[in-house]
Amino acid sequence: MKITFRIWMQDGPNSAGEFVEHAPEGLAPDMSFLEALDHVNESRILSGQRAIEFDHDCREGICGTCGVVINGRAHGPLAATTTCQLHMRSFSDGDLVTVEPFRARAFPVIRDLKVDRSSLDRVARSGGYVSTNIRAAPEANSILVPRHAARAAFDAASCIGCGACVASCKNAAASLYTGAKLAHLSELPQGKIENTLRVVRMVEAMDREGFGSCTNTEACEAACPQEISAHLIARMNRQYNWARLKSLGRKLT
Amino acid sequence: MALPDAKIPDGPIERKWSYYQAHCKLVNAANRSRFQIAVIGTGLAGGGAAAALGELGYSVKAFSFHDSPRRAHSVAAQGGVNAAKNYQNDGDNVWRMFYDAVKGGDFRSREANVYRMAELSVDLIDTCVAQGVPFAREYGGVLANRSFGGVQVERTFYAQGQTGQQLLLGTIAALNRQIDAGRVEMFSRHELLDIVVVDGRAAGVVVRDMVTGEIEAHAAHAVVLATGGYAKIYYLSTLAMGSNATAIWKAHKRGALLANPSFVQVHPTSLPPLGVHQSKLTLMSESLRNDGRIWVPAQAGDPRHPNEIPESERDYYLERRYPAFGNLTPRDIASRAAKERIDAGHGVGPLANAVYLDFRDAIRNHGEDVIRSRYGNLFGMYQKITGLDAYREPMKIAPAAHFSMGGLWVDYELMSSITGLYALGECNFADHGANRLGANSLLQACIDGYFILPSTIGNYLATRLHEPLPDTDHPAFRDATQEAEESVNKLLAVGGSRCVDHFHRELGAILTDRCGISRSGAGLRSAIEDVRRLRREFQQDVKVPGGPREPNSELDKALRVQDYLELGELMCRDALERDESCGMHFREEHQTGDGEAVRNDQSFAHVAAWEHVEGGEAVRHQEQLAFEFVEIATRDYR
Ligand SMILES: Cc1cc2nc3c(=O)[nH]c(=O)nc-3n(C[C@H](O)[C@H](O)[C@H](O)COP(=O)(O)OP(=O)(O)OC[C@H]3O[C@@H](n4cnc5c(N)ncnc54)[C@H](O)[C@@H]3O)c2cc1C
Ligand code: FES
Repeated sequence: MKITFRIWMQDGPNSAGEFVEHAPEGLAPDMSFLEALDHVNESRILSGQRAIEFDHDCREGICGTCGVVINGRAHGPLAATTTCQLHMRSFSDGDLVTVEPFRARAFPVIRDLKVDRSSLDRVARSGGYVSTNIRAAPEANSILVPRHAARAAFDAASCIGCGACVASCKNAAASLYTGAKLAHLSELPQGKIENTLRVVRMVEAMDREGFGSCTNTEACEAACPQEISAHLIARMNRQYNWARLKSLGRKLT
Repeated sequence: MALPDAKIPDGPIERKWSYYQAHCKLVNAANRSRFQIAVIGTGLAGGGAAAALGELGYSVKAFSFHDSPRRAHSVAAQGGVNAAKNYQNDGDNVWRMFYDAVKGGDFRSREANVYRMAELSVDLIDTCVAQGVPFAREYGGVLANRSFGGVQVERTFYAQGQTGQQLLLGTIAALNRQIDAGRVEMFSRHELLDIVVVDGRAAGVVVRDMVTGEIEAHAAHAVVLATGGYAKIYYLSTLAMGSNATAIWKAHKRGALLANPSFVQVHPTSLPPLGVHQSKLTLMSESLRNDGRIWVPAQAGDPRHPNEIPESERDYYLERRYPAFGNLTPRDIASRAAKERIDAGHGVGPLANAVYLDFRDAIRNHGEDVIRSRYGNLFGMYQKITGLDAYREPMKIAPAAHFSMGGLWVDYELMSSITGLYALGECNFADHGANRLGANSLLQACIDGYFILPSTIGNYLATRLHEPLPDTDHPAFRDATQEAEESVNKLLAVGGSRCVDHFHRELGAILTDRCGISRSGAGLRSAIEDVRRLRREFQQDVKVPGGPREPNSELDKALRVQDYLELGELMCRDALERDESCGMHFREEHQTGDGEAVRNDQSFAHVAAWEHVEGGEAVRHQEQLAFEFVEIATRDYR
């Protein structure tokens, strides 16, 4: 099949970027999108150019490493599908396909389509855990978890941390990501104990990292490959306000 | 060099670990922060170790080539994690789990290690639940289990089809807590390029910052490798694109023995390559074999659509050959049987490289809704990748390289043959023998990191209390840094005519064909020649664009493939010297009349531990395996 790619290239965080065009021979509908990019790179390298940089690893939709904006949509046209799971059969012969990095203030470009998402890790490190030492654990079945709570915790915890929610948000907010982590832990009895402090720390870390504020357009939910519900954002906001109220005049520890 | 002692504690098998723990040396809590430990890899094994060491108060530097520790390939495990909790009251216990793993490994693993793995499985589930891992639950709120991979009890804990990701998120949460507390310093996007050894002890590492290209030396009192599996050497595998053998290979070249490198498991239910562009294979969970029936057309090259092939012209070859286990035969047997049919011309799909996994009968018997509720996500994944609807026609599946049982040789303390260098998780060889049982490797990675290393490393460090941190100005550090620098520059300077992937693909094809599911003396000998030739061609004709001091994924790949090209040869030699069939290692010369593997316990009940010889041929050492507690038996699934 014949596709023309317009791909964003940018040497580093402070360089100007530009689109380059490639219309490679030999694309097949059974190729994954990243295999098509491999293919573009192969022809670039053989003709003496450097490769276009992009992040990827598992290529099966679970590690969250890949992610580009394809024709204006984070991870491309299919719902609930990461970039690596998208295949060329989703495009038509003759299409022009524009490929850009996940853009956000908190995601500086490293090079081309590769961005630095370590801001998400720093949010998770701000209390996104249960403070238990390894082995300091009671017998597993002494903590009973209602099935629906386990299910809800799992659904929230299925976030792969790709950052598509941020990239698809006009304010580049990380509320879906953070809301999901908070919901995962606060659904479970083990995680509830520290919830108040956790919610305050994580929300404030988000602000510190330069993520924007959520205006409830739910574009994030539409882009999320794991279909995480935007309800979790409302829940986070509720918990945050409540935590702030509770802590008025008191230090949270 | 003589093979070091495996340091297996005396006494009855169920007391060995507690005996060890009661007698090993300890580092006083007040002294721990003086010790700097470098942990390479932050998957379940390394992330768990770094977190546990941080909790104990050690100073830890943790490195990962990923942009975030949460992306380690542990994330991809679908099926589950085993533990001998006996929550189902179905007669499970630690001994039974131990026995299943020794037998599953075809009597090529160390009893004491395997027993400890089963023993510690019980505590693992407690720790994971406390971290907030959302395992599946019953209506009453207790944990749920399922059965998995060739065992008769239900001991597998799971979190839908995402057990690996959920366990890893628990590990990373624990790691994050230590990073937050300042006890672990995390270096993401850093790839290990060498281990520094001073006076026979691990003294630090050389890593490359994959954003700036800067090569850095880091000193440590002990180095822990937890860099995962190397089955990506086959190019087409279920491993991630970045999975590599660089760390263990560099350790090997610095003196660490490499054990059973040819023991690689091939998973029977992956998706087949769809074309020459294929870069990676996706696993379809083994659980599909509970309801799907595997078959090929009885007539080779039958061009008909599978739905048009009548029952009488289908060959359900697993049910035919193994009536007792049928479609649930262990992985090695199922993979081999599929290859046998594909090689005989019965393969299906455009490339005639697959077999059918058919749900027609299951849908007829249980209804589509039941099948959807059991496997809906997998069918969805299948549809995404192939564009086909497995409710309407059989899936096409094929064997794919999946897990490396081989790895760095370690003793009972998980220390390699270099003093102070440890190997955890999939990158060591310790627990799975010649074939790994499903759901045992998440377990192994977790307990190595959470429970075993934090005890055993103290036994070493306690003797090093008065030793200062090695100096990175030491010539050993300067030499290793310079060598790393040179190897980068050399690759960039070749300026040949073929991309890195070209070489990786060809290496993969050689190994898949001759050092994969089935191996023969003649095939292995020719494979060794071919790998050597390919290595020479790589050195003369690879084309790596870009420069050394910038983000350069092609360079990252080239450094990995360079090591794979060396490891590939050793794998073939290992397979050649092991002149028997065992577990997944099937030597065509050693089979019964009806194609079953024939083990040779007389000559090969040992671990092959390879010593690197600079400029010469690697030397093979043998660690004899003593079976004191279980009786060696022949596996028979017919
Ligand atoms: C598709 C798939 C499904 C599986 N399903 C199951 C299952 O259901 N049950 C089960 O028990 N097992 C399963 N396994 C096996 C199991 O997942 C792995 O054996 C286990 O997770 C390995 O963990 P690890 O910590 O040793 O390595 P990994 O999780 O692979 O971590 C390796 C770490 O090392 C780092 N690293 C590697 N090389 C370098 C380097 N040179 N420099 C710096 N850092 C480096 C990486 O960044 C990463 O952090 C599955 C495996 C696959 C591939
Ligand atoms: S590469 Fe892992 S999710 Fe796409």
